[in-house]
Amino acid sequence: MLKTQARLESSKLMSWLSPLIAIVLTMLVSSIMFLALGINPTTAFKVFIIGPLSDSYNLGELMVKTTPLLLCATGLALCYKANIWNIGAEGQLLVGALVGSYFALQANDDSGYGWLAITLLAGAVAGMFWAAIPTLLHQLFHTNLILTTIMLNYIGLYLLLWGVHGPLIDPEGFGFPESAIFADALLLPTIMEDGRASISIVLAVVFAIGSGIILYRTLPGFQLRVFGSDQPAARYAGYSSKFIIWSVMLSAGALAGFAGVAEVTGPIGQLIPQVSPGYGYAAIIVAYLGRLNPFGIIFAAFFMGTLYMGSDLAQIELGMPTAITGLFQGILLFFLLACDFLIHYKIIWQPNKSNSQTAPVSTKQGAA
Amino acid sequence: MKLNKWISAAAFAVSSLLAPASMAADEPLKVGFVYVGPVGDHGWSYEHDQGRIEMEQHFGGKVSTTFVENVPEGADAERVITQLAKSGHDVIFTTSFGFMNPTIKAAKRFPKVRFEHATGYKRSKNVSTYILRTYEGRYVSGVAAGMTTKTNVIGYIASFPIPEVIRDINAVYLGAKSVNPDVQIKIVWVNTWYDPGKEADAANALMDQGVDIILQHTDSPAPLIAAEKRGMMGIGQASDMSHFAPTAHMFSIRDVWAPHYIRTVEEVMAGSWKPEDYWGGFAEEILQVVSVNPTLPEEVKTAISSSEAKIKSGQFHPFTGPMKDNQGKEVIPAGKTLNDKELASVMWYVEGIDATIPK
Repeated sequence: MLKTQARLESSKLMSWLSPLIAIVLTMLVSSIMFLALGINPTTAFKVFIIGPLSDSYNLGELMVKTTPLLLCATGLALCYKANIWNIGAEGQLLVGALVGSYFALQANDDSGYGWLAITLLAGAVAGMFWAAIPTLLHQLFHTNLILTTIMLNYIGLYLLLWGVHGPLIDPEGFGFPESAIFADALLLPTIMEDGRASISIVLAVVFAIGSGIILYRTLPGFQLRVFGSDQPAARYAGYSSKFIIWSVMLSAGALAGFAGVAEVTGPIGQLIPQVSPGYGYAAIIVAYLGRLNPFGIIFAAFFMGTLYMGSDLAQIELGMPTAITGLFQGILLFFLLACDFLIHYKIIWQPNKSNSQTAPVSTKQGAA
Repeated sequence: MKLNKWISAAAFAVSSLLAPASMAADEPLKVGFVYVGPVGDHGWSYEHDQGRIEMEQHFGGKVSTTFVENVPEGADAERVITQLAKSGHDVIFTTSFGFMNPTIKAAKRFPKVRFEHATGYKRSKNVSTYILRTYEGRYVSGVAAGMTTKTNVIGYIASFPIPEVIRDINAVYLGAKSVNPDVQIKIVWVNTWYDPGKEADAANALMDQGVDIILQHTDSPAPLIAAEKRGMMGIGQASDMSHFAPTAHMFSIRDVWAPHYIRTVEEVMAGSWKPEDYWGGFAEEILQVVSVNPTLPEEVKTAISSSEAKIKSGQFHPFTGPMKDNQGKEVIPAGKTLNDKELASVMWYVEGIDATIPK
């Protein structure tokens, strides 16, 4: 019988090598798939990995794609480090986008950057509020955070749909569910001459680095990590669980809410029903890919952004259907997470004699 | 940055010098398509892809096509459209309403590329819009439903309260009323274009309220399948849905995009392409009645083909005055028909529909 067993010591060398091994394994397996489809694997890898980095426009777009992933994943990593299972980044992002849009639509072309700052702040506060609901329920009634945060994702989505179909709809939009286009003053300043990359990516990286410093270089960060790995020990040391839970949840909510408002005031420029193609969920993968370390998450978010963009480019340049691009992404993520798992665990073969002896008995019982 | 700019300027100059030469060397015209759903959705995106394939075949080797499926209508759309333009596509069709602003923005960056956006209302120097006169098909559907219903209640699964859908609800009711003065229409809003689960629920809710003919403004075959299970009837939308419900399926109104795609590409090749607001229907054969169920009574079959012919020849327009809305206000004066601009802003129910448009 195959079993997994925790390793006594995780190899330092392997923790550096595992991403490389995963990439080599992915290339081997997906080469077989590409060859079977009659696509030259070298061309395919070039389009997937090099394409998104090939020119300034694509680089800018990579930043656009990475921003919401990085913001949400940073917040989630703080929660997961503390062993708090917040799955609600998607809802917090959507509510941030909705409330931010309300403020953006009150402005006009004469409004200055002050109004933009208020809009961004409103989005972050809204995300924070949306994260506060499950936290409060958890504190008062010990509700399961996984369930309440997931449920609030749906409520957040319906709230956004109500807003975009109702009070925030463009009065001149022939009834189509979209808000008016925001005034220019309410759009985030871009950082490249060509393209849509805005200051939000700079802020996202700053927030990630800041979170990393807090997590690994400050006392609250130390408390958070102790709380996450051993709650009784944290209590014994006198750390306040209330403070830790509230601070990670509210930070995650604020970051996700900011991600939402940065989407509508950034690359989209208006409120639409499809603000997020599931950034809040993809960010969970990004957080784990970055090993819950905010510095690692910066790389993980850019990596996932590259994969998503590569999949569009593969459709355009190689005529690859989305099913295949999705498979490629899946293979890569599978190997990355599997290799990471094997750093800390080993698979052992454990012959179980007593089991094989009792097996016929249970069959007989089943037959009777 | 500066060097970068210089290089791209130089590249642009070289490529524009080379462009006529490469055209002469029989370089195929590159045409790109952006779909909101998977090509296998059996409805909207599927029919656009059928149009693409037929267009490509029509031109032999003179045209090469690319499509990107499952493109979300958010921040990703503008990138996908831009990347198609950047990779040398000469004509780009964006086939969902949510691509409107992304198309306009991308078109600004690529003034030499022609863009065609389906169902929107914004145009520019290099952006056309194209839309189907679906109301023509709805009128025929209404005639058939009005003749066939036994309970005198027909049901409509509506997607979003936008003019296209409101217009089509009116057309169905007008068609049904023309053959059955006692007919009533019940409307359920599902706020989606494609969600088989929700669509089936809506169909069942309608049938629970005495509806025996289901019409849909959503793209999945789920409502027809629900009708088949309960022995009721329905009409297919966007593509031929007969094989999903052999008994319940009366006929389908199919979107046939190939004629429009062929015409557009011909115009681009001839250099005569101009931005326009294109409307196509029965007359252009871009909308067709297909797979009429052979078990329908003869008089229903005749009514279907005669009402289709009447509209096709231009002899009859479903929106002809005098017409009042359901508040009693005159919306079309006697002797007039709605023009395309007026059709694009129909936000009222015609007299007799007992419902209000959701706000």
